[in-house]
Amino acid sequence: MSPTLLLFIVLAAMALAYHLGRKRAISVVGGVSQINRLHSLPAYYGYYTALWAGLPALLLLLLWIGLQEQILTALTVAELPPEVTADLSEGRLSLLVSDIRSVATGNISSGQSSPEVAAAAEHYRRLEGIADLALWGLIAALMLAGMAWGWQHAKPSFRARNRVESIAMLVLILFSSIAILTTLGIVLSVLFESIRFFQKVPWTEFLFGTKWSPQIALRAEQVGASGAFGAIPLFTGTLLISFIAMLLAVPIGLLSAVYLAEYAPRAVRSWAKPVLEILAGIPTVVYGFFAALTVAPFLRGFGESVGLDIASQSALAAGLVMGIMIIPFVSSLSEDVINAVPQSLRDGSYALGATQSETIRRVIFPAALPGIVGGVLLAVSRAIGETMIVVMAAGLAANLTLNPMESVTTVTVQIVTLLTGDQEFDSAKTLAAFALGLTLFVVTLILNVIALHIVRKYREQYD
Amino acid sequence: MNTTAEAIAVKPSNRTADDLVQDQSTATTVGEITSPNPRMRCREVNVWYDANHAIKNVSLDIGQNEVISMIGPSGCGKSTFLRCLNRMNDTIPAARVDGSIRLDDQEIQDNSIDVVPLRARVGMVFQKPNPFPKSIYENIAYGPRIHGLTNSRAELDELVHTSLQRAGLWNEVKDRIDAPGTSLSGGQQQRLCIARTLSVSPEVILMDEPCSALDPIATAIIEELIDELRQQYTIAIVTHSMQQAARVSQRTAYFHLGDLVEVGKTDVIFNRPQHKLTEDYITGRFG
Repeated sequence: MSPTLLLFIVLAAMALAYHLGRKRAISVVGGVSQINRLHSLPAYYGYYTALWAGLPALLLLLLWIGLQEQILTALTVAELPPEVTADLSEGRLSLLVSDIRSVATGNISSGQSSPEVAAAAEHYRRLEGIADLALWGLIAALMLAGMAWGWQHAKPSFRARNRVESIAMLVLILFSSIAILTTLGIVLSVLFESIRFFQKVPWTEFLFGTKWSPQIALRAEQVGASGAFGAIPLFTGTLLISFIAMLLAVPIGLLSAVYLAEYAPRAVRSWAKPVLEILAGIPTVVYGFFAALTVAPFLRGFGESVGLDIASQSALAAGLVMGIMIIPFVSSLSEDVINAVPQSLRDGSYALGATQSETIRRVIFPAALPGIVGGVLLAVSRAIGETMIVVMAAGLAANLTLNPMESVTTVTVQIVTLLTGDQEFDSAKTLAAFALGLTLFVVTLILNVIALHIVRKYREQYD
Repeated sequence: MNTTAEAIAVKPSNRTADDLVQDQSTATTVGEITSPNPRMRCREVNVWYDANHAIKNVSLDIGQNEVISMIGPSGCGKSTFLRCLNRMNDTIPAARVDGSIRLDDQEIQDNSIDVVPLRARVGMVFQKPNPFPKSIYENIAYGPRIHGLTNSRAELDELVHTSLQRAGLWNEVKDRIDAPGTSLSGGQQQRLCIARTLSVSPEVILMDEPCSALDPIATAIIEELIDELRQQYTIAIVTHSMQQAARVSQRTAYFHLGDLVEVGKTDVIFNRPQHKLTEDYITGRFG
């Protein structure tokens, strides 16, 4: 029997239980005219009954779906004749099990099915039938018990509303913990791999080393046998590109925000703002080939014509295009902040005879500054984490330089190159990607915390 | 079918005629709109917010060294009228003002006039205290700085000092002049805003319900202050409190749905109102 059908049956039973509980609550006090004798509104008794009828059954159903196959498989394997399983390795056994399962569900198996497999498949199918029946029985019993529980609690003194609300709270906690646990899981997995990396390469070398050359020798006498895992060139490259990007994005974004928030007539704003926000909707890979195929050659040609030697994959090209990508972040966050400055402050300034530009420079901008700084920091963390543009435009050479005309590489680019292609998870080369990821995570986390702190502090400033 | 079409065709002209009748009937203001020693003279001022006719043909003088209060039910246009007097309605894109408003003998409705010096001459205090998110000192120094009123730090210090003193705030803040303006209490913030207005030496001060966000004690302090300021300034105050109008003003103007219904000496308005609407409002029958 399909779990979907069961799910619908449980939901229908919940609806029924709601009605029963509600009716019961009303009839216990002697009709609709008396419902003010109930502690809660009748609907809450209905919800209470429905929750008791449905939630345990749903939890059981979830558990069952998750565990049924494993339990059945284990039972089937245990029933296999010992001479079949005795000499099988783990891999062969799992192959056999999938054979059995395929035969049981009527699919074609991997080879000629032996009589043992056929027998086991038969056994598996029988177990499945029993399990289905048991599930049905258990769920029906749980629903009935729940309904009865809710039904007999429908009494005037019973605080149904408080119970329902605490159950609702538990459900909400459950769902929010899913998001939190996922984050935690990602962080921990990166953390554990990083710890393995730091067992191979000392963290001082990683954080303070100035040479990045992630190779591990296959033979001791190999050329380039010594790998170097100094992350400083990568972080310098990341910061250099982010700095160039912010140098472009902050003035343009900020000034366009001031124009849109303070000067633009409503008609202009209604189309200029969406157009600006289209920039945020362009996929970064498109920015990437724009940087690599248009901006970088242009910069190189321009450099040649004025006698500068600009690499064809320069930090400048990647940074400029990244800056263009970030403009809408800066401008729309700053515009929100500028609009959040109360009109009363503008009025106060105008009433003193201040011009519009004086008002913006001396009242609105200082008032909005903390929020703007917060928005810029969010944009910085976005720039640091950006991958696609730099992969395509910034190059792979880990040069330790602050010259924007040279080719540099970034943390994200190196993670990509370390993890694309074949990997072995016992080599420092692969594990280095996790250490880089962890460091990047910590850096952007700190930036975000600072940014959010500033934004929050700013919110409390008026009134 | 025919009759409906006719009715539709006829309707607009009918409505216009009605409007004309109504406009004429309400255009006349009861009482004395002129003042013996006027600073500002408004004649036939109309304000529209888009299609909404918010002020209808209002004519009113505001006299030297007098406090004129404007009362009336919410939405009657008294704040809108006040905002015409220093062209603050310019900041609202939908607002349109016509008629004549003169400060001394200068027409301020003229598009060629610069609103910057006008607003320095006609200052405004708002309903909700709106100190800038700066220090107390910087709040006061802002106006003089943008107008270049002082030549040295010492002069500016002195101007800040006298402005705060006139607003009756100096003794309360002299030890924390660099504290944020927002750290003051509501009443102190409002006096800070008054001091800020005084700092650019205006001739007329407009106050838009300056006490509506304040407790009775802070209100009493500000009313006292208004009475003192009358010696030097011309003051127009919008208020919802009739007691306040009676306490602080020499003349009172009653607005109703965009019309200036009645204006006159405050004790006349409150004791012997001539117009039915004024009497109803004063005696609390509506409003």
